[in-house]
Amino acid sequence: MQTPDIAWADSLTRVPYRVYANESVRQQEQQRLFHGATWNYLCLDAELPEPGSYRTTFVGETPVVVVKDNDGEIYGFENRCAHRGALLALEKAGRAESFQCVYHAWSYNRQGDLTGVAFEKGVKGQGGMPAGFCKEEHGPRKLRIAVFCGLVFGSFSDDVAPIEEYLGDEICARIERVLHKPVKVIGRFTQALPNDWKLYAENVRDSYHASLLHLFFTTFEINRLSQKGGIVVDESGGNHVSYSMIDPAAKDESYKAQGLRSDHERYRLQDPSLLAGFHEWDDGVTLQILSVFPGFVLQQIQNCLAVRQVLPKGADRSELNWVYLGFEDDTPEQLTVRLKQANLVGPAGFISMEDGAVGGFVQRGIAGAADEQAVIEMGGSDVASGEGRATETSVRGFWKAYRQHMGV
Amino acid sequence: MTDLIRIMGVNAAYADAIDSDRLEDWPAFFTERCHYRVTHIENEQEGLPAGVVWADSRAMLADRVAALREANVYERQRYRHLLGTPLLLSQSATEAVARTPFMVARIMHEGQTQLFASGVYQDRFVVEGDRLLLAERVAVCDSTVTDTLMALPL
Repeated sequence: MQTPDIAWADSLTRVPYRVYANESVRQQEQQRLFHGATWNYLCLDAELPEPGSYRTTFVGETPVVVVKDNDGEIYGFENRCAHRGALLALEKAGRAESFQCVYHAWSYNRQGDLTGVAFEKGVKGQGGMPAGFCKEEHGPRKLRIAVFCGLVFGSFSDDVAPIEEYLGDEICARIERVLHKPVKVIGRFTQALPNDWKLYAENVRDSYHASLLHLFFTTFEINRLSQKGGIVVDESGGNHVSYSMIDPAAKDESYKAQGLRSDHERYRLQDPSLLAGFHEWDDGVTLQILSVFPGFVLQQIQNCLAVRQVLPKGADRSELNWVYLGFEDDTPEQLTVRLKQANLVGPAGFISMEDGAVGGFVQRGIAGAADEQAVIEMGGSDVASGEGRATETSVRGFWKAYRQHMGV
Repeated sequence: MTDLIRIMGVNAAYADAIDSDRLEDWPAFFTERCHYRVTHIENEQEGLPAGVVWADSRAMLADRVAALREANVYERQRYRHLLGTPLLLSQSATEAVARTPFMVARIMHEGQTQLFASGVYQDRFVVEGDRLLLAERVAVCDSTVTDTLMALPL
C-alpha cells in the first residue's frame, strides 16, 4: 500500500522529503516498523546484573520494561497497565520483585503477567470485578527477546527472523569482534535531536559526510577516504558496517585539490594524549561504525566504545541515547584512555557534535519542500558492500529496508 | 587566601569569559594538571566516570577551544551563566572545596533564549602564587538530556 500523499521513486536514490515530516508516516512507522518484524535494541545484558534488575526504554514510541527474572532469562513487555493504561515502572532502572501500577494497584510479575487486581472480590461483599473476569486474558503486550553478544533486542512481532539471521553473518562477526568480553558501562548521556529519527539513522550510515563535516577525523588521520577500509551492507540493506584502518603512508591529496574546508594543516593538539590509544584489536581496525535497523548503533573509534539508540519522539524530534562502554577487566590506564577519547563522541564530541545539529539543518531546510526529494546517488544506485567510503550505499540500504518494512 | 568573596570573584570572571566569547581565557582558570568534566546527576549518583567533556590538563581545555574555533561546526550561539553563592565545604590557606549552583541560558543566533543547563559545579580551588585556580571543576547537570549539542563549555 502506498503511503498517503507520498510519491516514491522506483529508485533508492530518491527520498521524498515528506517522509521526514508527515503525521501518517509517523503512525505507520510505529505500526509497521517498530511493531513490525524488526529487532529493537533495548539495553545491555550487563545493565541487568541480577534477578529483578530492570530498565525502562522504548520500542519506537512505545514504552517498555526489560527485566531479568529468577530463571536468569530476560523478559520484556509494554510499560502499560492493562487496566487504564498507566505506566507500570516509572524509573529508568531499578530492582523489583514485581511491578505494581500506582493508579489502582494492579500487579504483574517479572514476565508481564497480570497477577493481582486490587479488590478483585470487592470490599465487604460490595463491588469487585465480575466473576467472569480472567486475569490471564489481560496484560501488557509482551516482547520477544533476543540477546546477542550482551545486546538485548526486543520485538513485538512473531514473524521476525531469529536475531542472527536478522543481523546477517558479517554484521554478527563485526559485533562479536567488539563485544568479545564482558563490558562495563562508564557513562550514559542523552541528546535531544531536533529532527526526525530517520535523519540520524541515515547520518550514521552516511560514510560520505564523515570526513567532510567532521574536521577531527581528517586532521588526525582517524578517517581519510584513502585509508584502507570499506562498507558492509547486509542482505536486507538495513544493517551496515563502515570501517577503516589507519594507513600512515597514505597521503590524501583529494581534499586539497578540491579546496574543501576540512583540510586544516595548522591545527595540532596541544595535548595529544587525547588520541593516544592502546593496542586492543589485532586486525588494525581503528574505526568501526555499525548499525542495526532500525535504531541501533555500535561504535568503536580507536578505544572509544559506545552503543547508541535512536528513538522517535513525536513530530520532528528524536532522542539519541549514548551508553559509553569499557570492559570489566580494563586497567585504570585503559579506562582513562577511554574517558579521554570519549571527548570525540557524544553531545559535545569533537567528531560527533555536528551530527546532533545537521539533522536539524535538514529538517529546517526542507520545511517548504515537501514535494521535493533528497538525492542519494553517491557511488551509484545500488546497495552493496565494497571498498572505499565515498558512497551512500548504506543510506540507500536503510531505505531499502525501510520501504520493505513499510510496504512502500 | 581562599575566602568566599575571592571564590565568587573567580566564578564571576570565569562566567564572564565564556559569556563574552573570550573562550581563549577559559583554560587559564585551571591549573596545568586539572580535572574538568561535564556530566549529569545520574552518572554522578551511579559513580559512572565519563563526561560529555572530560579533560585532565589545561592543554586539553585549550584544544577544545581551538576545536570550537577552527574545527567544529555549530550555529552561532552564546551563553548567559548565572552562578549562585558557593557553598564552602572545606577551606584552608591554600585550598578550598566548594559547590556552586549554576543556570546557563543559551542564546541562539536567531534570537531565542532557552534554559540550556542547570546544575552544580563541584570545585576544588588551589592557590598558585597570587592566583586562585581550579584544580577540579565537575559540572554536574540536573538534566540527563542535552539539547542538540554542547559546543561552549559550562
